[in-house]
Amino acid sequence: MTAPNHSWRQFKDVLMQAVTLACAILVVTPLVLVFYHIIREGFGAINWAFFTQLPPGPGESGGGMANAIVGTLILMVLAPIVGVPVGVLGGVFLSEYGGSRLNWCIRFAADVLNGVPSIVWGLVVYGLMVLALAAPFHGTVQSVDTTKQLVTVQDQAGTSHTFEVNANTRLNAGGKNQLDALTTGSDVLIWYHGTPDGPVADRVSPVGLWGLFLTVLIHLHNSVSGFSVLAGGVVLGFMMIPLVMRTTDEVLQLVPAGYREASLALGISKWRTIMQIVIRTALKGIVTGALLALARIAGETAPLIFTAYGNNGWTHKLTEPIEALPLQIYIFATGPYENWHRLAWAGALILLLMVLFVNIGARFLTRDRFKNKI
Amino acid sequence: MAGNTNNSVALNVKNLSVFFGKNHAVKNVTLDIAACAVTAIIGPSGCGKSTFLRALNRMHELNPEARMEGEIKLFGDDIYSRGVQPVVVRRRVGMVFQKSNPFPTMSIVDNVTVGLRLNGLRDRKILAERTEQSLRMAALWDEVKDRLHAPAISLSGGQQQRLCIARALAVQPEVLLMDEPASALDPLATAKIEDLIIDLKRNYTIVIVTHNMQQAARASDFTAFFYLGELVEFGPTTKIFTSPSEKRTEDYVTGRFG
Repeated sequence: MTAPNHSWRQFKDVLMQAVTLACAILVVTPLVLVFYHIIREGFGAINWAFFTQLPPGPGESGGGMANAIVGTLILMVLAPIVGVPVGVLGGVFLSEYGGSRLNWCIRFAADVLNGVPSIVWGLVVYGLMVLALAAPFHGTVQSVDTTKQLVTVQDQAGTSHTFEVNANTRLNAGGKNQLDALTTGSDVLIWYHGTPDGPVADRVSPVGLWGLFLTVLIHLHNSVSGFSVLAGGVVLGFMMIPLVMRTTDEVLQLVPAGYREASLALGISKWRTIMQIVIRTALKGIVTGALLALARIAGETAPLIFTAYGNNGWTHKLTEPIEALPLQIYIFATGPYENWHRLAWAGALILLLMVLFVNIGARFLTRDRFKNKI
Repeated sequence: MAGNTNNSVALNVKNLSVFFGKNHAVKNVTLDIAACAVTAIIGPSGCGKSTFLRALNRMHELNPEARMEGEIKLFGDDIYSRGVQPVVVRRRVGMVFQKSNPFPTMSIVDNVTVGLRLNGLRDRKILAERTEQSLRMAALWDEVKDRLHAPAISLSGGQQQRLCIARALAVQPEVLLMDEPASALDPLATAKIEDLIIDLKRNYTIVIVTHNMQQAARASDFTAFFYLGELVEFGPTTKIFTSPSEKRTEDYVTGRFG
């Protein structure tokens, strides 16, 4: 072709390169800015008290997020206990057993589950565990005593009940959840911290093994308040299952068929071959997958709102609500006090570092993995 | 070990057919494999020789589409009769593969003893004895005795293949199947494996699939020539390579096709 045409093409070439570069910078810039701001604002707020003290009340100075840090760590232990065994064994089934059509369906389902919004996971566990452990009491407000922190409520059957509203009682009347915001005659839902035989209006009655498990749990502790550490751990664990399952499936398939054949040809049973040869060969990959899943769920907030719920103090039982960093950050960041904002920045930095730490651990293992060609 | 006298039959194959789905891979093969001898299986690629070999210890069943007809007896026991577990057959009929495959997470000694350990043997004295015995039989002992706990993948390709042979020998099988065990090795390592095969036939029945005519001629006592899933000719190796009865066998061993 002709020369002018040629230079026009060259120009387009350079232009497109510049546009893609600009877009790449645009992607990285917010990330750098977020890191910069969190470190700048958060670092100054981190001190010994931050790790050792409970959150300050409205307008108080000082304080820390000790309970939220411990809470997040506890949830990060509970979630893998729920999610990793099921996920890994599911991945083993996909890779080592099952027909190709069945596996296609399971893989598809797992991929869909990976995309389920976390708030939906929260709802599922809210139904399965929170409502089942201690159904909220539903009634009409008769009287409110703000000095003694008492609310008297009439249930559908016409019986009156008086609840003490303390740190372990939650209520919700038309979106308001402060005692002094309630008015006589309004509908209210109360999640109370009580005994199993307290007034329960509409407990969801789970049946089968799940129901048995919950009943045992309730009676072991003899005190329930629906929202619990356990519910928080379960919801995060559920979210880990499809992630762990798919990564396990993938790394097991990377194990050369020759190792399976060699083991089976020695007269070793299939199950032992899988446990001792296949899983051992792919172990680093499986652990990496589990760590990445853990990093993914560590910062989840939405599903914790109606499972772990949050707790201003320390949690002593698995059936009590627990604080977590994302929940505390949300409350403090949206609060009216300078001290709370300061702590929220620090909390965000610590959460970020925790996730980063888990991610680096996973990368560290992966690096080693390639050295061994598996 | 049962029936380790010369001239006795280790494997008695009668009218064996193997199918993968609709593909008829091995067609109505009947032959007797002599005990304490080396039987070579030759033939062009895709002639069913590997499938035949894998049918001898039921390894072909790893393919879910596989199906067989006929009968295989191992020293008189029908290995396909109802109630016989493939696991039990494979303990009696070991296998070495084309590509050496020591377990990468294990040391040399752990590789040798894995078949025993995972089948429940815990006695350390017996494990140590078997390790030395198997590595000596596989002509690897002198090379690795000072670094038994080194990773198995630190060995050279030829050593890795001999380690795989030691691993197969450690469970004391009666028959050892070898699927082109030297095809991925250099000539020196290949020569070592061939010497080893000749050594091993004093105690073991060996069936070897090979693409290498010289290897079959050098190392084996009997040769079976497979073509398109059929057993064309079977007889003493000297006869197959010097005066075959079939035109196709002669063409193949002299390199005119295949």
